[in-house]
Amino acid sequence: MESFFGRYKNPLVLMAVLFVQVIGLATQVKRPSDPKMPNSPGTRLIRVWAVTAFTPLERAFVGTGHFVRESWHNWVDLHGVRKQNQELQAEITRMRMDEIRLKEDAEQAHRLQALLGFREKFISETVAAQVIGTSGSEQSHVIYIDKGSREGLRPDMAVITPDGIVGKVKDVFPLSSQVLMISDRDSGAGVMMEKSRLRGVLKGNNLGEMQVDTVMADEKVEVGEQVIASGGDRIYPKGFPVGTVTSAAPDRDSGAFLIIKIKPAADLNRLEEVLVVTKMADQTPAAATNEGHTHAADMLEQRLPAVPKTEPQPGTSAQPGGEKKKTAETPEVKKQGANSTTPQAPSAVKPKAPPKQPGSTENPPQ
Amino acid sequence: MSVAVTYTSREEIEVHKFSWLVSVAVPLAAVFIQVFFPVRVKFLMVFDLPLLVTIYFAVARRKPIAGLITGALVGTLQDAFGHHYIGLNGIAKTIIGFLASSLGVKIDVENPGSRFLMTIGFYLLHQVILAGISVALVGVREPWMWGHTLITALANGLLAVVLFVALDRLRVRG
Repeated sequence: MESFFGRYKNPLVLMAVLFVQVIGLATQVKRPSDPKMPNSPGTRLIRVWAVTAFTPLERAFVGTGHFVRESWHNWVDLHGVRKQNQELQAEITRMRMDEIRLKEDAEQAHRLQALLGFREKFISETVAAQVIGTSGSEQSHVIYIDKGSREGLRPDMAVITPDGIVGKVKDVFPLSSQVLMISDRDSGAGVMMEKSRLRGVLKGNNLGEMQVDTVMADEKVEVGEQVIASGGDRIYPKGFPVGTVTSAAPDRDSGAFLIIKIKPAADLNRLEEVLVVTKMADQTPAAATNEGHTHAADMLEQRLPAVPKTEPQPGTSAQPGGEKKKTAETPEVKKQGANSTTPQAPSAVKPKAPPKQPGSTENPPQ
Repeated sequence: MSVAVTYTSREEIEVHKFSWLVSVAVPLAAVFIQVFFPVRVKFLMVFDLPLLVTIYFAVARRKPIAGLITGALVGTLQDAFGHHYIGLNGIAKTIIGFLASSLGVKIDVENPGSRFLMTIGFYLLHQVILAGISVALVGVREPWMWGHTLITALANGLLAVVLFVALDRLRVRG
């Protein structure tokens, strides 16, 4: 008997180790996946230990890298700061002109939306986070961020940059979180073509490419068309940029659907800082009222036969545009630690408004 | 690049040893680099450093049990950072660790040519095992991309030639 185990010791140990791992894998596969508890206790324990052990090291590396890079950039930037200042002044002037024009359109849109009773999701609170790691595997398009349950993060929160959506929080640890990117094959996001308003589900693949394959082949989708979040998944804020159509061709297998390839709006290959949307607010845009001024938009509204005129609410007519105190500056993803920021709703959904009061971290729904 | 894969008797093959610090720190460093560096340089994700380290230690030690246990631990740790089931890489690297150490007993894998070919072979086998586990145990069928897999196998083979020379310096002398 002893000679048998001695002779076949290596294969026996191999089979034993494989058996244990296969049983462990089968247990995970059999367990029904709960969206609120994506990992079984055993696997979660392994993940928590591994991620918690590596997170301080990753933070230290990222912090050191940022310090060195910013020190260098600060020194280099001084050379061109005068010229850059002049350019920025010119840009501010141009943007002010644009803002006046956009404000007109925005106020008109808000009035009409209020009259029609639209209720939409707006970003109310965000937490800025730094990307500190990846899965290290091409089969798993996930990133790790340096904010976790201590900062109030929970699974299924949207992760964005000012350019577009990035993914959603999948697993939360005390000091870090795992984010499943929209380019992963297991992810899905409700999207909509900005012009044609065609809806579909965005999915990724093993190469990190993104595509929509639920649009009928007889629909017309133009290359270069912007793709925005439809809000149907109740994760990503409606109207937020997703990407641009790079190609649209009928599926070779069935031919019934289009394969629409999407280039992501956010640069998913070079993510350094992201925003986690920790709070979404259901908001009904208030009707804008103006005293003493008559805008072209108001005149247009009066001429619309199907739109009844509303009575202004007491106390809401002090400022032109009842929406002005809501939403705010363009989301700036900077080193703000766990400070909340209030990014602006995307222009496709909600136009720009003046900056909110400094120090405020939350926009109460109106 | 010279390619010399020669059959050698057991007595001729040298069994290398490593300090416990190297045995622990190098696999951990490999996993850390694998999950950290692609944040800035996405291209680095084509490399599978934990696999290369598993192959190296298995071949150098020439002990199948040590090789398979190294593969199991490194693979499981690697799985912990993904979002898939834990065990996919663990099983695949266990088998690779066992086979690499068994191969190290039979043939000389010290020269760059044989290391290059050996790594390409084990990388492809690793991908086949991963795909097999996905289909048979998890029930997920992923499209097999031959071109991409061959290119990444070549890239890993080239990296292995350089990496293994560096790791050779960590052997315990005498």
